[in-house]
Amino acid sequence: MIERREGWEGNDRANEGERDLFPQLKPGVEILDAKTKDKLCFLDKVRPLHKYYPQWYAARQSIRLDPKGKSLKDEDVLQHLPVGTTATFYFRDLGAQISWVTVFLTEYGGPLLLYLMFYFRVPFIYAPKYDFTTSKHWVVHLACMCHSFHYLKRLLETLFVHRFSHGTMPLRNIFKNCTYYWGFAAWMAYYINHPLYTPPTIYGEQQVRIALIIFLFCQVGNFSIHIALRNLRPPGSKTRKIPYPTKNPFTWIFLLVSCPNYTYELGSWFGFTLMTQCLPVAFFTAVGFIQMTVWAKGKHRSYLKEFRDYPPLRSPILPFVL
Amino acid sequence: MSAPAMGTTKTAHSDVAPKKKRGPGALATAYLVIYNVVMTAGWLVIAVGLVRAYLARGSYHGLYYSIEKPLKFFQTGALLEVLHCAVGIVPSSVVLTGFQVLSRVFLTWAVTHSVREVQNEDSVLLFVSAWTITEIIRYSFYTFSLLNHLPYLVKWARYTFFLVLYPMGVTGELLTVYAALPYVQKTGLYSVTLPNKYNFSFDYHTFLILTMVSYIPLFPQLYFHMMRQRKKVLCHVEEYKTE
Repeated sequence: MIERREGWEGNDRANEGERDLFPQLKPGVEILDAKTKDKLCFLDKVRPLHKYYPQWYAARQSIRLDPKGKSLKDEDVLQHLPVGTTATFYFRDLGAQISWVTVFLTEYGGPLLLYLMFYFRVPFIYAPKYDFTTSKHWVVHLACMCHSFHYLKRLLETLFVHRFSHGTMPLRNIFKNCTYYWGFAAWMAYYINHPLYTPPTIYGEQQVRIALIIFLFCQVGNFSIHIALRNLRPPGSKTRKIPYPTKNPFTWIFLLVSCPNYTYELGSWFGFTLMTQCLPVAFFTAVGFIQMTVWAKGKHRSYLKEFRDYPPLRSPILPFVL
Repeated sequence: MSAPAMGTTKTAHSDVAPKKKRGPGALATAYLVIYNVVMTAGWLVIAVGLVRAYLARGSYHGLYYSIEKPLKFFQTGALLEVLHCAVGIVPSSVVLTGFQVLSRVFLTWAVTHSVREVQNEDSVLLFVSAWTITEIIRYSFYTFSLLNHLPYLVKWARYTFFLVLYPMGVTGELLTVYAALPYVQKTGLYSVTLPNKYNFSFDYHTFLILTMVSYIPLFPQLYFHMMRQRKKVLCHVEEYKTE
């Protein structure tokens, strides 16, 4: 429902230099293309945009008040927007979209399967005489269990734990993300499961033991954070609240860090690096650390912007440091 | 792509539209002028060195040795340009500039310097000449631009010579890498094999082949980007008179 207003004050069409096709103060919603300013449609009844343009399903639509401005949210109500008698919105096509769940399942399923292929030494990876053989080092079996557990956990969390803010992301992301995850998984798995693999030599068995403890600790930690974040948000909602430590000691890290899920994730991979003593794993950990730091800083900044009373002691990802 | 590092859209675009942008301060401008003058001079030294060596020997063969040191010095010095972008005194992308400079430095050190046997190849002369002419024009272009006194000839040269120099340079580079392959394979240069303590391996020979393959998607993109820039810059000259 659109408010009726006298005169042209609320009406920003005069500034845009558009031809007034409807000189009377006709109530309704018009949608213009953000780039070309062509009038795409005029909605005077409640009828969704994609009835006129079926290829632009809801997830692809970016509707905004200003051609260069931010998108309006699904929850925004027309009545509360600063628009005139005829509301003018600008439309931008976000491109083909794909659901977050689909992307996560694909990008995590790949590493799980690929690693196992290398572990079981499927033909054409290593020399034929090694086909379907198993490594003689127990750390290699341990590493396979840890890696598989990690990605299985991620898959299950995607299906049962996470509550996503956005339904979809651009389709091209799935190619980018899968290349990253699958590529690195294959690279790491190749060396760890290689017939010429050398188990940790610096501190040997002790190193592997400590690494395993770090890995498991951080896996539990990471899971605890995911549960805590899930519980902040009632089912089906997209509310955002400040996360706080709960009874679970693994969440007490919230006192010092905004995104402890990334902190624990870094810890897990650090543990895995130590366990396998494999340079490609170290690279993967380093790249992941850089990316997660970028995300953590962004998240930290939006927390600060959104909440006046955000705890000042917290750092984005590493206590006191980063 | 080691071919004429012509800079990015932003640098070229500033020739077309004299829009208000907060450029480098006075001190930064002075520094950049000195930098670009020094680089122009350096590549002129290389050019002169090549000509003199050719006249002295009477053949194109083995001219690399006569300019080896200044080539290494001034090409490596171009790494400073990445710093300029990072600090913000040059409005180009750090990534793009970094990529271009690194590919040049890679060819200079990791291929030509490292594989002694290719230093006598004519392909080396091919890319060195292409680089030399390109860089002389490019650095003079920047110098004049900074001083707000860009002769049309220099602008024209910068956006026209690449049409020949870019393919010339790319050809020289590819032929040089190709020539290096057998020696790299034979000696296992820069390669690491299993087993080792860090469970890592690297085959430089394969890496070089992949580098050559990467020219296939990259070169056309960069070349056509430059052609688009050329159209934009040179065809708008009637609208924006440059002194």
